[in-house]
Amino acid sequence: MSKNLRFKSSKQVDETYRISFKFNNKTYYGYKGDTLASALLANDIHLVGRSFKYHRPRGIMTAGSEEPNAIIQLHDNTSRTEPNVRATEIEIYEGLVASSQNCWPSVNFDIGGINNILSPILPAGFYYKTFMWPKSFWEKYEYFIRKSAGLGKSPKEADPDIYEHKYIHCDVLIIGAGISGIMAAKISAKNGLKTLLVDEKSFLGGSTIYDNSEFSKINNQITSSWLEKEINEISKLENLEIKTRTSVAAFHGYNFLLARENLTDHLPINQRENKIRHRLLKIRAKKVISATGAIERPLIFDNNDRPGILLSSAIKKYIDLYGVACGENNILFTNNDTAYETALSMVQRGIKVNAIIDNREEIDSKLSYEAEKNNIRIFKGYTVVDTYGYKRINGLSIMELSKDGQKVIGKKIRLSCDSLGVSGGWTPAVHLFTQSGGKLKFREDDQVFIPNKYPSDQLSIGSCNGDFSLEEITTNTVSSVKKFLNVNNTDYKTFEIITGINKSKRNIWLLPSDKILGKTKSFVDFQNDATAKDIKLALREGFRSIEHVKRYTTTGMGTDQGKLGNMHALGIISETAGTKMGEHGTTTFRPPYTPLTFGTIVGRNVGEFFDIIRRTPIHDWHVENNAKFENVGQWKRAWYYPKANENMHQAVQRESKAARDCAGILDASTLGKIDIQGTDASEFLNRVYTNAWSKLAIGKCRYGLMLNEDGMVYDDGVTTRLDENHYIMTTTTGGAANVLGKLEDYLQTEWPELDVYLSSVTDHYATISVCGPHSKKIVSKVIPDLDFSDEKFPHMSFKNTKIGQVKCRVMRISFTGEQSYEINIQSNYGKSVWEKCMEEGKDFNITPYGTETMHLLRAEKGFIIVGQDTDATMTPIDLQMDWIVSKKKYDFIGKRSLYRSDTIKDDRKQLVGLLTENPEEVLEEGAQIVADIKKSPIEMLGHVTSSYYSPNLNKSIALGVVKGGKKMIGQKLIIPMENKNINVTVADPVFLDKEGERLNAKL
Amino acid sequence: MFLINCPFCGEREQSEFKAGGEAHIERPKQPTELSDDEWAEFLFMRKNIKGVQFERWNHAHGCRKWFNIVRDTSNDQIKAVYKMGEKPPVK
Repeated sequence: MSKNLRFKSSKQVDETYRISFKFNNKTYYGYKGDTLASALLANDIHLVGRSFKYHRPRGIMTAGSEEPNAIIQLHDNTSRTEPNVRATEIEIYEGLVASSQNCWPSVNFDIGGINNILSPILPAGFYYKTFMWPKSFWEKYEYFIRKSAGLGKSPKEADPDIYEHKYIHCDVLIIGAGISGIMAAKISAKNGLKTLLVDEKSFLGGSTIYDNSEFSKINNQITSSWLEKEINEISKLENLEIKTRTSVAAFHGYNFLLARENLTDHLPINQRENKIRHRLLKIRAKKVISATGAIERPLIFDNNDRPGILLSSAIKKYIDLYGVACGENNILFTNNDTAYETALSMVQRGIKVNAIIDNREEIDSKLSYEAEKNNIRIFKGYTVVDTYGYKRINGLSIMELSKDGQKVIGKKIRLSCDSLGVSGGWTPAVHLFTQSGGKLKFREDDQVFIPNKYPSDQLSIGSCNGDFSLEEITTNTVSSVKKFLNVNNTDYKTFEIITGINKSKRNIWLLPSDKILGKTKSFVDFQNDATAKDIKLALREGFRSIEHVKRYTTTGMGTDQGKLGNMHALGIISETAGTKMGEHGTTTFRPPYTPLTFGTIVGRNVGEFFDIIRRTPIHDWHVENNAKFENVGQWKRAWYYPKANENMHQAVQRESKAARDCAGILDASTLGKIDIQGTDASEFLNRVYTNAWSKLAIGKCRYGLMLNEDGMVYDDGVTTRLDENHYIMTTTTGGAANVLGKLEDYLQTEWPELDVYLSSVTDHYATISVCGPHSKKIVSKVIPDLDFSDEKFPHMSFKNTKIGQVKCRVMRISFTGEQSYEINIQSNYGKSVWEKCMEEGKDFNITPYGTETMHLLRAEKGFIIVGQDTDATMTPIDLQMDWIVSKKKYDFIGKRSLYRSDTIKDDRKQLVGLLTENPEEVLEEGAQIVADIKKSPIEMLGHVTSSYYSPNLNKSIALGVVKGGKKMIGQKLIIPMENKNINVTVADPVFLDKEGERLNAKL
Repeated sequence: MFLINCPFCGEREQSEFKAGGEAHIERPKQPTELSDDEWAEFLFMRKNIKGVQFERWNHAHGCRKWFNIVRDTSNDQIKAVYKMGEKPPVK
């Protein structure tokens, strides 16, 4: 380090604790307490990145979360690497590795810099205008555009860090621990309110904590000393919780806020092991006080983006807080008094201030007189018209402003410098306030938007409320907080304030230049390279809405969300359009205020915790027996059980054949089960199913179809009458929760007079289905006490029985068309009963089968699967299931819709069977069905819904929906595929055992 | 995310609830007597207004009870919560 830019005795930095870090592969040193930005500046490094569009060299501009330029790639470790980290926020630690973004091969020599030279042909909307022609070429352009777009690199591996979420409830949340936030916290906590104070920085006190000037005093004490005592006092308060490094990301309605607490990012790498990195706080506050401060505005002039140009307040912070000078030969450019504070901070430390350029013609404040006393040249009524130096500013030229501020006059004066501090006044940080739905108003005096209407129980105080002077901050904070919290006692009496600042300001949104606008690069949005010229072009091209101008020019659309430049964009728009500020509104500030990592958002809900996994009581057996699983909703269902080298097709063929030739066993525990009780249970079923239920005898089962009120099939399943007023309903696996919800809805809202109670018992029972010609022999062995004769236990009936001492229900129902028994037993016995069935079935080649075989077997029988063969447009009539729709019942859910003009049409899509000309050819599910391929465009008649190769019929079978299909049995249709047309014949959807003889087949 | 004062459980977070559309649309007692248009009016037509709206909500992850609320859709302020079958306490 050749230059001495570090000064002794700063508050924040511990000079006894040296830290080494790497930036762009070079090792540097800083001290504990430094941010990466302050440490780089101390090493005289300003150039940290390249801009997005023109790849212009960019340096550190601010000292906080509003930073648009100094965003870096953190960590070279691929799983932890993080793009777009603000160098102004990250605290340095031993082992920090950072590099510049958006440059290649290096930040010093960047090929993309050619865009800067090409900029005359890269106007606003360039991409929209150029790459949309011809339209079909977009895909080819897109590949290259995407490659060159984007700032940093995302990690390629899973995030190894730990994150968590936490709920916090408090009486009062205070956002921002600057002077007004500290005062509010003291008032709140001392009045017995449970208070939470958060601040995004690592220290308390905001910018006031380093306000050491003799010109700023409260009650005869230097302001920073006064505030330090306040902080000491509140840190002892019991009702007050203080969280630093905690940034509020979102302020939603009902005072619900999200904040990110950063716990380890400032620690040396070796101290982070097994610690939570970020915690997302979900805060419900009865009252919210925003004390989020203000952000200094830049000034908009030609080449206002060179490295070495910073906000004046940032320069002050680097000097007073970190003991770092941003240059050895400084110039300040301002339209208000605050830059003079920076000048005097420099003077105090012996840093050279070459000149102050001030827009104002008249300046009258203690600070300006003090600056003059210290021999600083002040150019009154002047503006900067250009700056020089490519990778670091080395000079600038200034000219006098005309009286109206619209032109420059006189001679150009050239000055040299290695750092320029700019101050365009202050913008209240109202982002969170507007996120919460708050409405702003425009204050003409100093051209700021301030909170006007609060949407919830909240208050803005301090400079985010437009109170900029120390006098306003102290007095207004006490009076408004007292009123807001409805308390009387505060320790604060009157404030004796000394300040050197005079409020005068000369606001010019776009400063004039001696060049024509088209030749200037006056940046409004630094990160996205949007210039004043671009905004004016958008207006010339007819854009009027601020939201449209924003999207067209990309102003305010970077990772910084335009925290610096949005006001200027609005100002330039209203000046150009000749409208009043505030008339156009502002763009919408959206959460998060500063970017959040995905890890913070998902917290612990990663991996197997991302979504609930439901497993049946027999799951472990399936795993042990090599089952492949299928996700059905949240359930894991056994899909098929491959043996040795079998693929899925071979396994399914074997399982399907065994189920019909010998015996099959299926885990049906996932089917929804709803226990229905009450004196009106039968009447209730009459109303929710399409068929009649009153006459179903106790001990009998019946298949039911449930419709939506629009007549479309919603769910199906078998319901069993256990007793006079007691039924058990089964639903589809995926539909269980929705069916219960729908039934509850009708019971509670439409038919509250019915005496019916519903309980979900899906998880209470394991359901084991044994089917096939040997099934009866097997279940007879498993339950020897029960009479399984067809006379005593016919198809569609049920028995209460016991296996050993354990009660169970056996239903004789079938989804395969085979003779079939379903054993329902308390879940925890499920696996042992399953194993018993396997044991007793060994001699009969009992074969476990999964969902795929189940689907194949039912398709052979033409049984539908709701959701596969139906979507929400199929009526029972469309499904050729007229037999299940009662003609006698006066009403049931969906009945009226079955004879609406649309549902009685003949040419609706109807379920049919499809047989391929070549019996070996298996259709693709979802394939389109057509009749005529010569006509263009080809009319689509329907599509294939289920398709399998049936080992029991030795041919391909399929179900599909076809317009007017019911009347087309025997007709030939075509399935056009990518490389061939497949001929099919429309058939009855029942392919096997139309007479149902297998239900009682004996071997 | 707003808070809803469930008439059975008290104030809970919105994520526990499920919205159920416009309230006070009664299922016709004699659907067979309705014309296609009248049935379609019941079946399909729903209001979606900016302003005060009467809505059905279900405490899906709580007591599972249905109830009605009066909500201003422009700012999510809930003006009233009342049980099924009760008359809305505000107009």
